[in-house]
Amino acid sequence: MSDHLCHVTDLEALERCAIHGRASLYPERIKIMVGMATCGRAAGAAEVLEAVHEEVEGKHLPYAVAETGCIGWCSQEPLLDVWVPGQPRVTYGRVKPGQVRDILAELPDPKTNLALAVMTGDDNALTGKRISYCNGGDGHVDGLKSYADLPLFKRQLRIVMRNCGIVDPASFEEYAARGGYRALWRALFSLTPREVLQEVLTSGLRGRGGAGFPTGRKWQAVCEAKGTPKYIICNADEGDPGAYMDRGVLEGDPHSVIEGMIIGGYTMGAHEGVIYVRDEYPLAVARLSEAILQAQRSDLLGKDILGSGFSFNISITKGAGAFVCGEETALIASIEGRVGEPRPRPPYPAEQGLWGKPTCINNVETWATVPVIVQRGGAWLSAIGTGKSKGTKVFSLVGNVTNTALIEVPMGTTLADVVNEIGGGVPAGRVCKAVQTGGPSGGCIPAAMLDLPVDYESLTQAGSIMGSGGMIVMDDHTCMVDIAKYFLGFLEDESCGKCFSCRVGTQRMKEIVDRISKGRGSEEDLKLLEDLAWLVGETSMCGLGQSAPNPVLTTLRYFRDEYLAHIREHRCPAKVCKELITYSIDPVTCNGCGACISLCSGTAILGEKNKLHTIEQAKCTKCGSCLETCKFDAVLVN
Amino acid sequence: MLHVESATLDEAFAQFDDRRENLIPILQEVQATYSYLPEDILRHVSRKLKVPLPQVYQVATFYRCFSLKPRGKHVVQVCLGTACHVRGGTRILERVGTETGVAGVGTSPDLEFVVETVRCIGCCGLAPVMRVDKDIYATLEQTKVKRVLDRYRAGGRRAAKKGASRE
Repeated sequence: MSDHLCHVTDLEALERCAIHGRASLYPERIKIMVGMATCGRAAGAAEVLEAVHEEVEGKHLPYAVAETGCIGWCSQEPLLDVWVPGQPRVTYGRVKPGQVRDILAELPDPKTNLALAVMTGDDNALTGKRISYCNGGDGHVDGLKSYADLPLFKRQLRIVMRNCGIVDPASFEEYAARGGYRALWRALFSLTPREVLQEVLTSGLRGRGGAGFPTGRKWQAVCEAKGTPKYIICNADEGDPGAYMDRGVLEGDPHSVIEGMIIGGYTMGAHEGVIYVRDEYPLAVARLSEAILQAQRSDLLGKDILGSGFSFNISITKGAGAFVCGEETALIASIEGRVGEPRPRPPYPAEQGLWGKPTCINNVETWATVPVIVQRGGAWLSAIGTGKSKGTKVFSLVGNVTNTALIEVPMGTTLADVVNEIGGGVPAGRVCKAVQTGGPSGGCIPAAMLDLPVDYESLTQAGSIMGSGGMIVMDDHTCMVDIAKYFLGFLEDESCGKCFSCRVGTQRMKEIVDRISKGRGSEEDLKLLEDLAWLVGETSMCGLGQSAPNPVLTTLRYFRDEYLAHIREHRCPAKVCKELITYSIDPVTCNGCGACISLCSGTAILGEKNKLHTIEQAKCTKCGSCLETCKFDAVLVN
Repeated sequence: MLHVESATLDEAFAQFDDRRENLIPILQEVQATYSYLPEDILRHVSRKLKVPLPQVYQVATFYRCFSLKPRGKHVVQVCLGTACHVRGGTRILERVGTETGVAGVGTSPDLEFVVETVRCIGCCGLAPVMRVDKDIYATLEQTKVKRVLDRYRAGGRRAAKKGASRE
């Protein structure tokens, strides 16, 4: 927590905070930053940071050491950045604690053989300004590429993630230095609630949680709804597997969400906000709690904010691990202390939400976009994107892709650009098969359709959905029947059980797909599956059940051959479905090293050191450990 | 069954008002303290918040983060999100099973570990991952599971790391 936390009583006070923030963002001495979001920590960032502290303190080096959020380059975590004033920021990837000494030894010169890239400055979507790090020079460093030339970054436009990986998420001052809370100021003192609403309507922003309902229209409904008090909710129950956009924003730039919510409260006449965040994200909860406390102490939350007469406060509710609570009515039930079961709509939460009162519920990304809309105007945002999908969208690009990353691109960017250019395609030697979007409510889009632009309508037309932004790349080692089974298992588990068709329908569908994956299905099963999928979709009450058929229907639509191979030939083309594959050892390649024997979970591998190994099929559990461990490619799967 | 003085409990719950909307936060507190929800305490919470016991039970069994049974010493959560699934998360789960003696999910016979699956911990870029207590282990392979678990076993050669690491 900063020592010089300011009371923001007027614009000058905010500017004084910003000056402090700029001094720590761009200090007049060498600055070392470690990406300390959850993914960074998972890869060992805490040890790297500790090594930096040891080195800097042990040698009394006059360097500033800071934590930052996730810049999105997940495949290279843990990331360490060094910024020498007047020079570009140098990024080091997959840093091991033992390398820290080497990296710091030659400062101010970069250790080019370890570095990944250089950043010559940062753009700020909120202010529209760019800060150059290099005193006007081009910042070229021999042998290193600039971020602006890296395929991973050059196509990106970071509006929601404008501060992620730049600021210290625990610093209110650094947020202020990046133009933070100016939009709130503008809203409170220069715009009427009606004018703010008009900007949001003009922007064309649509809900980033998945369904894509126009945000302005939702706000308008809450504005017009009768009944007080009104509530603002931030839906941070990011439950889609394979998606972590909200976590990235909450851990990297929590104030942007808070500022957006306060502006929303002002616009809609609400005085209380709730952030419903997953229990599985402890760091996000910690970052948010800290940021809320800072905002309260700076008079940006609480009574009579900035002397405007408007009061607003925010509390946090932790989720308890139920996917269905991402659905807005279930989420509201959970905040009220009940089981998270959805209820029929209408009435929509805009009319009857939390405690039966008008409630505006938006996703993390949506709230984080609001300050930019207020600051730069709705027309600015609506100039980005496609006809019906405006602005940018954050995606978690994961799965079988070279650069796993958290990225933000303008709406309308094609899937091919995202996967092949930004993501660097599937790893060498593999073939891209499909891209799964929209989590369990979405579908698998085949590689042949990758020229599809990413926007709400195109993805829906292809049978998938935009969803919250998970984008999982699948290669030829992924079995689509197995994927359908995986999602059905997920939905069967997470169905709240209120609607019979969803509760039992997902179970039955899973049983059928399970049967097919074991080679015991029939062709009639496919028809039954399609009928059942239609029924579940048509007769379920909430989004979970209505979209539950998507993974099945898209795999059936685009990968029917694969289902037929399982049914007719009892063969799994991707060699994934256990009942249809056997492991064996190639007598020519096996050199008898014994590595697989010690690891075999079923003690099924026979043989001695330096002698040919064989697999006893009856004992083989098909765990695949021999395949993973064999360095000589002697394990065959058929 | 565990008996806890209700006065001590009330002290622990002092941060919460006796309002129904605090039911889940209170149960989360209990779960964090005891690593499960003891029956005595559920009865106490029911009386205190004036929420009928069946409704408390309904909430306690609906949400994934609550457990009605005592759990092993170390919580092993194998992530089965989509990214982990396509990168071999299920095989990691099986290997954890082989190493701990747990078939699927549950508590190991030596009470050292409780194995759970988790929907997604949002470290998809480093899949497959698992969490042991508070440490996340990334880019796992079957060959590395034993080494990770050994760190947590009683008398393990190396203590668990402060953070975690790219395995």
